Amino acid sequence: MSPDLFFLLASILFSMGLVGIISRKNLFVIYMSIELMLSSINLILATLSRVLGDGGPSVIALLLVGVIAAEAALFLAIIVHLYRESKTLDADRYNDLSEVS
Amino acid sequence: MLSLIVTIPFFSSLLIGLIYLSNTETKRNTLYTIFGVGSIFLTTLLSLFTLAESLGGAPTLHETLFNWITLGEFKINLAFMADHLSVVMISFITFIGLLIHIYAAGYMKDEEGYGKFFAYFNLFMGSMLLLVLADNPIIMFVGWELVGLSSYLLIGFYHQNSDNIKAANKAFLLNRVGDFGFIMALAILFVSLEWTGFTYDAIAANIDILDHQTLTLVGILLFVGAMGKSAQIPLYVWLPDAMAGPTPVSALIHAATMVTAGVYMVARFSFIYELIPNVGLFIAYVGAVSALFAAIIASFQSDIKKILAYSTMSQLGYMFIAVGLGAYSSGIFHVFTHAFFKALLFMGAGAVIIAMHHEQDIFKMGGLKKHLKLVFITMFIATLAISGLPPFAGFFSKDAIIVAAFNSEHYALWAMATLTAGLTAFYMFRMLFSVFYAKAKEQKELHSLTRSMTYPLVVLAFGATFSGFLGVSEVYGGSDIFGTFLSLGDLKITLPHSTEYMIAAFNVSLATIGMIIAYKMFAQEAKEANTKNILIKIAVEKFYIDEIYEFLILKPLLLLSRFIANVIDPKLFDGFINTLVWIYLSLAKLFLKLQNGNVRSYAFYIITGVSAMSLFLIFKLGVVL
Repeated sequence: MSPDLFFLLASILFSMGLVGIISRKNLFVIYMSIELMLSSINLILATLSRVLGDGGPSVIALLLVGVIAAEAALFLAIIVHLYRESKTLDADRYNDLSEVS
Repeated sequence: MLSLIVTIPFFSSLLIGLIYLSNTETKRNTLYTIFGVGSIFLTTLLSLFTLAESLGGAPTLHETLFNWITLGEFKINLAFMADHLSVVMISFITFIGLLIHIYAAGYMKDEEGYGKFFAYFNLFMGSMLLLVLADNPIIMFVGWELVGLSSYLLIGFYHQNSDNIKAANKAFLLNRVGDFGFIMALAILFVSLEWTGFTYDAIAANIDILDHQTLTLVGILLFVGAMGKSAQIPLYVWLPDAMAGPTPVSALIHAATMVTAGVYMVARFSFIYELIPNVGLFIAYVGAVSALFAAIIASFQSDIKKILAYSTMSQLGYMFIAVGLGAYSSGIFHVFTHAFFKALLFMGAGAVIIAMHHEQDIFKMGGLKKHLKLVFITMFIATLAISGLPPFAGFFSKDAIIVAAFNSEHYALWAMATLTAGLTAFYMFRMLFSVFYAKAKEQKELHSLTRSMTYPLVVLAFGATFSGFLGVSEVYGGSDIFGTFLSLGDLKITLPHSTEYMIAAFNVSLATIGMIIAYKMFAQEAKEANTKNILIKIAVEKFYIDEIYEFLILKPLLLLSRFIANVIDPKLFDGFINTLVWIYLSLAKLFLKLQNGNVRSYAFYIITGVSAMSLFLIFKLGVVL
């Protein structure tokens, strides 16, 4: 199989993640979109490892899986905390950064 | 020595000021008197010493105190010069100033601001001496301004009354108009002289560089300065109002010294005016018209100090006739004699005012001859002197001026001068008779006068009688010591002696007639002029000049200011700036929408930015993956 197909798949996954982050309101969906983007990067690393016949990128991909796991724990904790604070998962409600009151 | 003459009064003024400010409540009159009068006494001694040296044939003194401004090669020094003109000026300024200081010590003794008064008074003396002794026009201008400042301070001395403040402001502002002319003249002179030096000597030596037109302009502008300070038409209106100050101030500043600064200046710049006789003639005409005009107004005033103020203006007019026609030493001679009798008149008037418990209306006085004998005799002498009756001082100086006017062949000048001489006698004797002869309206207990107020009168009376003999022209068998000593570039009188005798006789007879009319009208019973007659009413109201100025200058200025304040400023300038502010605000509101606190939007901005950068990398820089 041509590696181009893998790159195409990774690009599609990454774009889906981007669109998800921008367009969805639910914190969980945003979180999942971020995971999707990270996964697509992982896919690219794995593909490159295979194409180049080099183990380096695979090692990075494995490390990244660890980082993603840690990030998932942190993110979920934050989401739970936010929900307890204001009883909502709507990301647009958390607009404390706004200058417009 | 010259720098001492100038610095002593300044120093004592500072000292008195500091002592006074340290505690304004305590009365330390003796201390103030010692410093205030003592410093002037010292300067008088020094000045007379300088005079003696000059009389002994010493050359022109120069003295540099310090370097003030250095512009490359060009230096402006705080330097003093005492040629014969300056020496004469400082001698009588300090001498009369000393007498007036002594008088003021008596006049002001019950006043609260005694220390302040002497601080101002000494400041004035220092400024005047600086003006007269200056070695270059710039230092003279400094003195000129300081004189204006101290005049302002002293006119507004009784600052509890807002009228006095108004008078002080009026004097200051009108002087400013004149000063504008003065400083413009200096600027033109400075530029045209092309850095050849700016002391009087240097200017006189290089005056040929200037063409005739520039000279004319400089001459006229300088005279505008003189008009302001010496109260000539049209800038005279401040002088009568300046009488709001204490009487010693009027005597010192508005009669004997400051107002003569203009005459002094014209004489000082005689080397310029010699080259532009047309401007000189203009000056003479302004002087003559002012003299006559002031004399007419003075004949209808009822305030004793106002009469004297207008009389001062009238006499200053004489001086300008003289210096305008090139008879500089006659002009300065009249300054000299006038200082004696006018100071005497003012101090006598002050004594009368104090004795009458601050009453200034001559028609409410009367019959003071018996009670104030000394004041009466001295004032009588001064009145004779100012009326130009021989052998008193005024006769010789005034006669010299009128002869010069006749000699110039501008007979209008002569006619105005002569008519003024007659009127002078009339209004002065009108005042004298009303105050001292006429029946008293009400008998009041007179306020006592201290000795320090009466003794200076006697000294001045001697001056008013005998100072004229210093300048007896050869027609009367003298040798004009005064004029010879001054050695200014005078015009020669070419009239035959018989004509001069006739002119003098005519003057004296006119003055006598004026005196007799005044005796007839006012010696028995003094009454105010009947204001039903329209002409007299106009004269009593001082020709409505103040009102005309108010209508022609003040009103339009106020209207313009209001227009600018209410329309142009808020609408045009503020409007422009407000529009700019509005644009910024709208833009800010637009961009504020971007910062909505929505994390998703921020992510979108980041992606947009990253995309833009990626596109730039690919298409513009040609990075190929």
